[in-house]
Amino acid sequence: MTTTDKSGDVRLSGIGKTYANGFTAVRPLDLTVPQGSFFALLGASGCGKTTTLRMIAGLEEPTSGTVHLGDQDVTHLPPYKRPVNTVFQSYALFPHLDIFENVAFGLRRRGIKSVKKQVEEMLDLVQLGEQARKKPHQLSGGQQQRVAVARALINHPKVLLLDEPLGALDLKLRRQMQLELKRIQTEVGITFIHVTHDQEEAMTMADTVAVMNAGRVEQLGSPTDLYENPNTTFVANFLGTSNLIEAEVDSKTGDDIVLKAGGGKLVLPEARCSAPTKAGGKVLVGIRPEKISLTHADDAGEIPEGRNRLTGKIADASFIGVSTQYVIDSPVCDELAVYVQNVERDGRLVPGADVVLHWSPAHTFGLDAAQDIDAGVETVEEEAA
Amino acid sequence: MSTLTEAPPPLAPAEPAKKSPRKRGRFTPYWLLLPGLLWLVVFFALPMIYQASTSVQTGSLEQGYKVTWHFVTYWQALSEYWPQFLRSVFYAAAATILCLLLGYPLAYTIAFRAGRWKNLIMILVIAPFFTSFLIRTLAWKTILADNGPIVHTLNSLHILDLTSFLGWTAGDRVLATPLAVVCGLTYNFLPFMILPLYTSLERIDGRLHEAAGDLYAKPWTTFRKVTFPLSMPGVVSGTLLTFIPAAGDYVNAELLGSTDTRMIGNVIQTQFLRILDYPTAAALSFILMAAILFMVTVYIRRSGTEDLV
Repeated sequence: MTTTDKSGDVRLSGIGKTYANGFTAVRPLDLTVPQGSFFALLGASGCGKTTTLRMIAGLEEPTSGTVHLGDQDVTHLPPYKRPVNTVFQSYALFPHLDIFENVAFGLRRRGIKSVKKQVEEMLDLVQLGEQARKKPHQLSGGQQQRVAVARALINHPKVLLLDEPLGALDLKLRRQMQLELKRIQTEVGITFIHVTHDQEEAMTMADTVAVMNAGRVEQLGSPTDLYENPNTTFVANFLGTSNLIEAEVDSKTGDDIVLKAGGGKLVLPEARCSAPTKAGGKVLVGIRPEKISLTHADDAGEIPEGRNRLTGKIADASFIGVSTQYVIDSPVCDELAVYVQNVERDGRLVPGADVVLHWSPAHTFGLDAAQDIDAGVETVEEEAA
Repeated sequence: MSTLTEAPPPLAPAEPAKKSPRKRGRFTPYWLLLPGLLWLVVFFALPMIYQASTSVQTGSLEQGYKVTWHFVTYWQALSEYWPQFLRSVFYAAAATILCLLLGYPLAYTIAFRAGRWKNLIMILVIAPFFTSFLIRTLAWKTILADNGPIVHTLNSLHILDLTSFLGWTAGDRVLATPLAVVCGLTYNFLPFMILPLYTSLERIDGRLHEAAGDLYAKPWTTFRKVTFPLSMPGVVSGTLLTFIPAAGDYVNAELLGSTDTRMIGNVIQTQFLRILDYPTAAALSFILMAAILFMVTVYIRRSGTEDLV
C-alpha cells in the first residue's frame, strides 16, 4: 500500500439524488475516500447510504454532482465500464452457474481466457476451494457471502463496495465475517466502502466512518473520534449511548466553560463543545455512561475535588456480567445511564439508594441545545421495522 | 434371535392408542387422489385402450370390427400419410419459432419494463380467449383476404414474389397457402408461449442484472449469460405448449389452408368422420402421439432443464 497512489481515491463532489416523485434520498454531499482505506457509511434505513453507494457503482444516476475515481470522471459511465465491484446485500449470485463460474464471471467478461489459476487462488483466499463445483443454493449463508466477496475481489477493482453484506447472517457468523473481511482488506489493500446500519460493525471494521442521517453526512471521522467527540445529538445517540443534560452557560475560566445544571455546576472543556457558548445560553452536556463513577451518598466526601458531580437515586440496576447497568433518577435528568465495571461491587448500590455521580470534566462534551435531544435514539418500533 | 422375541411386549400397550389416528391419516393422500385418478381412468386410460384395440382391428362398418392384431395398418398409414406427418412437424416447428420470436420480447417487456401497465398488458394477452377459437381463426380469413389491405400492401412491396418463390405462398394469394396456416397457428398458440415465458422471466431477481452489469457484462451479454439461461424453463414449457397442440391441430389448416396444406390432424379427422376407417384413424393417432413423445423427450434431454430450478 503506497500512500502516494491516489488512483483508488473516490471523490464525490456535490453528489445528490432526487427521485422523480420528489423524494430526496441524498442531499448534495462532498466526500473523499482515500485509496486503501476501509470506509463505512453508517445510518438508519432510509438515510441515503445505499443510494450513495449505488451512485458510486453506477447503478443509480445522480441528479447532481460528480463521481471521480482517481482522476477519472465516472459520473456518466455505465456500471460495466467502472473499475468498481459490488458485494450485494442479498449476494445476487447467479443461480444457474456453479461457484467457480460465478467467481470467473467478471474475468470472462473482460475476455480473459485462462481463469483457472486465478479463480482457484481466490477461492482459497475465502476458504472455499472445495466448493468450486457446487451451485450457490447448496451453500450456507456465510459461504454464499464469501463467494460474493470472491466474485467481486477477483477483478482487482479500484474500489470494493459492500452493501450491508452481513445483514443476512446470524450474530456469531457476522462477528466472524467482520474479522474475515477486515483481514482480506488488509491483505489486498483495496479501498473498501461498506454500508451498514450496525454501529458496532462500522466501528469494528472501518478506519473512517461517515454517519448519515436524512440524506446528509452528519459527521465523519475515526470510530474513536466519533464516539468521544460527537458533534450532533444524532451521532451521540446513534453511536452507543449518551447521557444528554440541558445546562446553562454560567462563565468561562481559562479553557473551560462552567455550566449550571439543576442546583450544581458542571465543567466542560471549551475545545470539546461544538455549540456556540455565550453567558446565559443553553448547551447540552454529554457524558458516556461508562465514564461515570457511582459513589454512595454516605461516602460523598471521599470524591476528589475538580470532578463533575450530580446527585440522584438509583431507579434500576441490571447485572450483565462484565458490568452493571444503572438507571439513575436525578434532578437534572430522570434517566441517566451509568455502566460500572464489576471490579469491586459496593453492596449498598441497590435501587432506592442515594448516590453521587461523578466524572472527569475532560470526558464531557457539549452540543448545541437547539437540536432534538432524542435524535438517533433507537426505539423498539424502529428496531422491529 | 432371542432379543427379537423379547422386544415387543413392553411396546405393546402404548401401540393401539398411538396408531389409530396415524392410520387414518395415512390414507388421506389416496382419498384426495381418487377423484383425479377416476377422471384419468374414465377419460384417458379407457379411451386409450379402446383406441389401441381399434387400431389393430379389421372389418367393416356393416359386418363389424374384430381384433385381429392387424399391425399392418400402422405401416400402411405411415407409408400413405408420411407427407402430412412431415408437414405437421414443419408447420408446428415454424409456428413455435415464430411464437418464440414474437413472444419473448413481449414477455420480457411485461416482466421488466411494463411497470404499472403490467396487468393491463397481461389482460390483453389473454383477451383473445374470450372469443371462440373458430371465430378467431375465421377472422384471419378476412385479414388475409385476397383483396384486403395486407395482401395488397405485401403485393405492392413485392414481398409476395419472394414468399411464393420460397413456396410459402402461391401467386398473389396468401390464403390457402402454407404461410396462412403458419400465421393462424402462430396467432392461436402465442399466449401459450407468452404466459410460461413471462412466469419464468418474472421470477428472475432484478439484482442479478445489476450484478452482471457490475461484473463488466454489457446489456446484451447480461441477456445472453444471465437472463436467457435463467428463462430456459419458460422457453422449454412455452415451446412444448405451442408445438404439441400445433402439431395435432386441424382447424387452421382446414380454414386457412388448401388440400396442399393438409396436416395430420386433418387426415385423422377425415378418416374418423368421413371415410369412417376407424383402424387407420386410430393407428395415425398413435403414430402422432409416439412421434411427439419421442421429439419432446429428445428436446428436454438436450435442453437440460432438470438442471434448472
